[in-house]
Amino acid sequence: MDTRDSPEQAELRRAARRLAAQLGPKTVADLDDATRRTRLASAVRDAGWLELRDDAGNGSPVASGVEAAIVAEALGAAAADTALTGVLLAGDLARRAGVAPDDAAAVAMAADLSSVAVVGSPTAGTRPVPDAGGTNALALVPNGGAGWQVGRVEVSVAAGGTDLTRRVGTVPAGSRFVQLDGSRTLSDGDLSAWRALGLALTCADLVGVMRGVLAVTVEYASERRQFGVPVGSFQAVQHLLAEAHCLLEGSTSIALHAAWAADELEPGFAYEAAQLAKVYSARAARTVCETAVQVHGGIGNTWECMAHVYLRRALLSTQWFGDDAFHLRDLARGRVGAL
Amino acid sequence: MDFRDSPAEAEFRARFRAWLVDHNPGLPASSTDDEYWARQAEWHTSLFDAGFFGVSWPTRFGGHDLPVVFDVILDDELARAGAPPRPSLGYLVQGITTHGSDAIQERFLPGLISGRERWCQGFSEPDAGSDLAALRTTATRDGDEYVVEGHKIWTSYSDVADWCLLLARTDATVAKHKGISAFAVPMDQPGIEQRPLRMINGITNEFGQVLFDGARVPAANMIGELGEGWRLAMTIVSHEREPGELGYVARYAKTVKELSTRVAAARDESVSESQLEAVAWAHVQTEMLRLHVCRRLSERLDGVDHGPGGSVDKLLMTWVEQDVAAAALALAGPAAAIDPDDVALKTYLYSRAQSVMGGTSQIQKNIVATRILGLPPEGAG
Repeated sequence: MDTRDSPEQAELRRAARRLAAQLGPKTVADLDDATRRTRLASAVRDAGWLELRDDAGNGSPVASGVEAAIVAEALGAAAADTALTGVLLAGDLARRAGVAPDDAAAVAMAADLSSVAVVGSPTAGTRPVPDAGGTNALALVPNGGAGWQVGRVEVSVAAGGTDLTRRVGTVPAGSRFVQLDGSRTLSDGDLSAWRALGLALTCADLVGVMRGVLAVTVEYASERRQFGVPVGSFQAVQHLLAEAHCLLEGSTSIALHAAWAADELEPGFAYEAAQLAKVYSARAARTVCETAVQVHGGIGNTWECMAHVYLRRALLSTQWFGDDAFHLRDLARGRVGAL
Repeated sequence: MDFRDSPAEAEFRARFRAWLVDHNPGLPASSTDDEYWARQAEWHTSLFDAGFFGVSWPTRFGGHDLPVVFDVILDDELARAGAPPRPSLGYLVQGITTHGSDAIQERFLPGLISGRERWCQGFSEPDAGSDLAALRTTATRDGDEYVVEGHKIWTSYSDVADWCLLLARTDATVAKHKGISAFAVPMDQPGIEQRPLRMINGITNEFGQVLFDGARVPAANMIGELGEGWRLAMTIVSHEREPGELGYVARYAKTVKELSTRVAAARDESVSESQLEAVAWAHVQTEMLRLHVCRRLSERLDGVDHGPGGSVDKLLMTWVEQDVAAAALALAGPAAAIDPDDVALKTYLYSRAQSVMGGTSQIQKNIVATRILGLPPEGAG
């Protein structure tokens, strides 16, 4: 047992954090800078990070869940306004189905965001597509009671959503489902393993969000003065931030395990490891982001403060693949009594 | 990055699992019953004699020089078997190893690690709790000995201890942190009186008060240099705060497993959704701590540090213990409000001490805020 980064993982972590810090938004106004956003998207693409879960040519992904999580965490920490997780998950789903990855595709999710959308053709009702970039997304159709087939549905992407850093597209009702040539039938196990990866990556994003928003908040508390001293010198404020730091550390540990487990454990165990991580890190992220708003005081409640950008991002990552309440309920029903 | 056992780790795990089948003493939880404290020494020596205690410590002192991540395996397997946790004294070993001379280490570490010599820790005093450096117990030089006068409290296992790792003031003329020295004081002598403390859950064997009135300790038993006591205390408390050093994950996992077994035995309709969710949350928290310890102990492969990270771990551990205990209380329902001997009640009441012992949660948060986050200290302009 040795949970330290390998030298390559440590280098990837440094590179991803450096790039995200350089090209990510530093202020809310930066979110409107299309030139910067394009440079960020190109840099992420050129680094090869969108392809980490594509087929390496032998059925295995280009990189493990740990590497994918390292990049997801780095982008979360910078509130980087570019697609990553949705693209990685589309690549991973395509790989499992044995079809070529669809450039810029994302994955259409069930209405409650807990798993991939299972649709008919034409589709009934709308489906959300987090990290939507292009004009289509992957979805499933039932394969006559034995597994699922992967195909493509149309997506419409409109500007403006809760998360100011990632777009959530929509599969319009009545969208046509086009089965992909050569798609192999996906089993329950395939889907569990894929959902485990989805949970692990959304947890990594939440860990990044916590790290980023805490850094911004500690800096603010060290500079903002009241009663002639920095507000961060007051114990009442220090204790809030200390608790936030502990929640970040605990989340880091449990999310790291989920990312490792995604490829290394059998699908059922990988999924459970990911559920545990989601329950803990989603609760933690909510508290940490709320602390960030509070410590920023009045300014924290204004549009110009980065705190709500992180909070909004956390709300999406929390719901994506099921929130803490969803997974705690599932663990309560399924695991308690069998530990 | 790998959370899986290496071949050597897997072999060790299998060996320990097999050993536990015949050697689990089936003691009650340490937090709820004096029987645990009465038989802890027996459990310690049993683990040690079989090669399953202090495995990461140096061979010359009775350890096995294994990487510290082997402790994770011990805790996993103890919890799995429902066996008692390993005795918590790694922090004393860290303190003596870091500050004691070769002679001190050779004299004291083998007995401490084997469990043949029992130790207690004389740090806190009635008027020196969070402000430990305000301690007033004195050690005054008298020839080749020091004479000790003072009053210690919250002294775990003082009633069975052979030795006390004592902090005492040796110089009242210098700043309070600088005038403190540490000693290994023999407990079996006329100048020492024990008074057990009865805790809120009724147990009496864990904590005591110790009164020193003319107790004597050889000058050669000083650990570290004259005036090095504060630094030694900080080394010890930084590790006293670490769940990996304490082996507490096994304690929490054992409780969660017992709660799960109770749910399985109960008729479905008698367990509510909120009770199930309280137990599920206790499971999530315990897994978080287990994995956090894996990460922390893996980091130690780069070398031990005695820094403020222990305060983060202590806060996480405290939240876990108190949420596990809250789950026990929730599952017990009315029984805990009626029967004073209810195990869930005792577990719950004991858990309240976790946010005080080894440094209060408030002190830990001060340390995290100023030494990890770099926030300005209170009163800074």
